Amino acid sequence: MTWDQGLHKTISTINDGTGREMTYLEAIRDALRYELQRDPQVLLLGEDIGVYGGAFKVTQGLIEEFGAQRVIDTPMAELCMISVATGMAFQGFRPVVEMQFADFISTGFDSIVQFAATNHYRWGQAVPITIRAPGGGGLRAGPFHSQSNEAWFAHVPGLKVVAPATSADARGLLISAIRDPNPVIYYETKALYRSLKGSVHAGEEGIVPIGKALQRQVGEELTIIAYAAMVVEALHAAQQLQAEGHSIEVLDLRTLRPLDDDAILASVRKTGKVLIVHEANRTGGIGGEVAALIAEHAFEYLDGPITRVAAPDTPVPYSPPLEDAYRPNAAKILAAARQLLAY
Amino acid sequence: MELPPDLLHQAHYWMRLTRALDDRGTFLHKQSKIVGGYFSQIGHEAISVGAALALGPDDVAAPMHRDLGAYLVRGITPQRILAQYLGRVDGVSHGRDGNIHGMGDLNYGIVGFISHLPASLPVMVGMAHAFVLKGEARVAMGFYGDGGSSQGLSHEALNWAATFRLPVVFICENNQYAYSTPVVRQMYVDNIADRALGYGMPGAVVDGNDLSAVYHVTRTAVERARNGEGPTLIECKTMRMRGHAIHDNMAYVPPTLLEEWAQRDPILRLEAHMQERGLLDDAALSDLLARIEAELDAAQAFAEQSPYPDPTTLTDGVYA
Repeated sequence: MTWDQGLHKTISTINDGTGREMTYLEAIRDALRYELQRDPQVLLLGEDIGVYGGAFKVTQGLIEEFGAQRVIDTPMAELCMISVATGMAFQGFRPVVEMQFADFISTGFDSIVQFAATNHYRWGQAVPITIRAPGGGGLRAGPFHSQSNEAWFAHVPGLKVVAPATSADARGLLISAIRDPNPVIYYETKALYRSLKGSVHAGEEGIVPIGKALQRQVGEELTIIAYAAMVVEALHAAQQLQAEGHSIEVLDLRTLRPLDDDAILASVRKTGKVLIVHEANRTGGIGGEVAALIAEHAFEYLDGPITRVAAPDTPVPYSPPLEDAYRPNAAKILAAARQLLAY
Repeated sequence: MELPPDLLHQAHYWMRLTRALDDRGTFLHKQSKIVGGYFSQIGHEAISVGAALALGPDDVAAPMHRDLGAYLVRGITPQRILAQYLGRVDGVSHGRDGNIHGMGDLNYGIVGFISHLPASLPVMVGMAHAFVLKGEARVAMGFYGDGGSSQGLSHEALNWAATFRLPVVFICENNQYAYSTPVVRQMYVDNIADRALGYGMPGAVVDGNDLSAVYHVTRTAVERARNGEGPTLIECKTMRMRGHAIHDNMAYVPPTLLEEWAQRDPILRLEAHMQERGLLDDAALSDLLARIEAELDAAQAFAEQSPYPDPTTLTDGVYA
């Protein structure tokens, strides 16, 4: 009775790096620190990120090390902040903007999807900004501090959207996001901040390219496609099924826009059965796009219905029994996988 | 407050070129050569030209759809603008964006605006913030209007600029109407510039149809910004003399209001002032207008010869 009760209650370890062991949160800070040291054009913007060190302490210590000119505490104004970052990017900076919670990114919507996302297409000027969005639930944080709203942005041409699931990827994808010449939304998962550890590469090692999925587990009978916190849950479920004699593949999307079509299709063509898992609610989610991709390009390889495990179409509830019923986890994945394996 | 003759001659040329180019666009739209929307700026020439002339060569600006003059003063040519209007590859956005939208080119310090006014303001605030971080004595100018002043973002941008004492000049063009909505339905205050006090920056109301006044007030604000004294909000009062866009016959505007403002036409006023000072006569004006028409004939020929974008390039440039 550990893995089905929510990740925040236990510490998981996924070792896919080769260096020092870090929590997911420490790996994010390590990437920020590394990029701030490497490139004088990198700077951080956000509410309470400097003196206070961030609502989750991700940026703790950085203002002391890099100064208030590069770790900038801002007014409470996301819409302005994101376009200020765009203006700074026009002047050669590489701003990394922290949304205190992914939920608050909606107040910055126009600056992201209307201005930043379209700019290069319209008049050729790149917008190299990174927006860090701490998302996801499981922390009893209620409807406005728990959302997984990545699908809003995965729909938008001109944006890239990434969602790391391990400490090594948290560092490797953030470095790639900062160096990318386009606006990148970096979804970091709050529930993993201190509940997930793993070895993390140092220096230029382990930089994760945007747009590349990763097989977390290789198998033959069923592909579980997941990202962010649901990768950890999927791996727990897959371990259980392995113990029962099944061969399960777990594919971590890592990037949600652009999707790694080749990796998705190759895995599904091999296993013939696919279970797509995300923490966000079902309708209009990433899972629908992945399902459509598979239906269009791997239809004749399928041996069962493309199946989704996702949250129901409700706001994220606060009370623990409600949130547990809302949020997908290893137990729910296990149930759906068993049904699909038996199909 | 009398401006030197060479500056008046410059301003006069740009204002006349702006109006002639605006008229040329209307003509091309009537010929169905320009498709989609078309935005006239007639009445705004003193603001866009006066404010842009107050900037230095390394400064930056984000003009809007009534600020054709600012694009011209900064160096975006009539050739490129007409090619843009016609949706051709030599347009500023290479056919990606339409009419006067998206005409950005940082080689000339111009940020292209989007329809979500005042979305450019915080971008200019960010550029100004970058100038401060880099220790550069440069200034950013943001344009918005009476309609845009109702958006929360204008508050966020002005507040940010004031909080960090940034070198920004905010030009608010109060032209009495946001589409069909008169200012009395937009706000309860008489002057948008009065709000400057609430942000902790100076505010000034200026007659937006008086080139000399616009230039003088803007120049003072630009110098103040360059000296590290922070942002300024300048409200230029004017009148939008055409509809919101070319489809709009603005039946909602009382004709007497238009007649009243027509008496204060910014170009005719500047010409009267120059004639009074012996800087312009009828022959010189005729010469100038003929020269501008010839310039626009050549620009139109260039634009009409410019090819349409190749549909196979449709997805190019979505990502950098």
